Amino acid sequence: MAEMDTSSGGGHKKGPGVKKGKKLSTRVDLTPMVDLGFLLITFFIFTTTMSQPTAMKLFLPKDADKPEDQNKAKQSGVITILLGKDNHVFYYEGELDNAASNFKSSSFKDIRTVLLDKKARTPEKDLVVILKPSSQSTYRNVVDILDEMTINVLKRYALVDISEVEEKLVAASDGNVTASN
Amino acid sequence: MGRAKLPRKSTNIDMTAMCDVAFLLLSFFILTTKFKPAEAIAVTQPNSVSSQVAPEKDFVLITIDKDGKVFLTMDDEQKKEVVANALNSTQNLGLNVAAFKKSGFFGAPFTSLASFLSIPEEQRKGDKLPGISVKDTANNELVTWMRLIKDAYMGQKEPAILLKGDNAAKFPAFKAVVDAFKKNDILKFQMVTTPKGVPEGTELYKQAMRGVKREE
Repeated sequence: MAEMDTSSGGGHKKGPGVKKGKKLSTRVDLTPMVDLGFLLITFFIFTTTMSQPTAMKLFLPKDADKPEDQNKAKQSGVITILLGKDNHVFYYEGELDNAASNFKSSSFKDIRTVLLDKKARTPEKDLVVILKPSSQSTYRNVVDILDEMTINVLKRYALVDISEVEEKLVAASDGNVTASN
Repeated sequence: MGRAKLPRKSTNIDMTAMCDVAFLLLSFFILTTKFKPAEAIAVTQPNSVSSQVAPEKDFVLITIDKDGKVFLTMDDEQKKEVVANALNSTQNLGLNVAAFKKSGFFGAPFTSLASFLSIPEEQRKGDKLPGISVKDTANNELVTWMRLIKDAYMGQKEPAILLKGDNAAKFPAFKAVVDAFKKNDILKFQMVTTPKGVPEGTELYKQAMRGVKREE
């Protein structure tokens, strides 16, 4: 392929006294060219951005001014997820009782089982997930937990401001989790 | 003693085929590659399973960097001019409209916006700039920004509101931005993320396997 047929066609003989020109090989060593080619390929593979950023949509509820305008959720179907410092996740079902005895600690790994368990136990129309990121949680935590809603196909969820009591509780529990780790 | 002579075989390999493949791949990568524009604001965005591609034009992008500083990017120059004029007339900022139009992003409180615009473009780096002040809930400047932008797009197709946050940005910054949206009745926005695969065995994964189309 890389060489050309330089042999004279057929048995065509040159006349006597005609000097034969020295046959030079037209074979080119392609190895350096291949090297260069692959070097450039590697460069472009590494610099290329094949994956385009995606966008996840978020719809915000309109702030209801009057309390009676707010959506009421059945207590038994509500699960509240709180996000703390250092990727800590806490949750409670229904309403937080005074002694905070139903306040449980979890993690981003385990929250999926918790959610699925809750989903299995509650009728679909009652299930509401309330997400309350504390001031110590990061943007990543928020996106992760919203993503978790998509992954577990939970249709009804809301991003709600954290209350002062909960904020304190999360801050206190954050310390405990760190200590136990 | 005569030894059977093995015919000497040439060790030369024909490289042409390999060369062809190499250059074919090379041309593919050269043609498909799109260089990332140098980002003035360094942001590592989180991952999500969302499969919708973020819009590339007609957007208003709010960026939150890792320290919670907020920056604003618009792509429509005409709209930028409208916003600049509105800022000048309502806030008396004395902005250079031409510089405002050219600026890739905005990241300064109103009081220092004029001096922000006088900095050469290549020296505007996210980590050295103050960002739009949003921390003060009573005087959240992003509310004004969003209102002016909304006015500029009045009667036309609404721009896509994009929010790009850094993994490490704290929630209060995000909340301040969302509050600014809410105050202007912008209740739909999109968060820019890097795609990731749906974890196996989850409900979404099962749905995808069954061929159920996702609601976006």
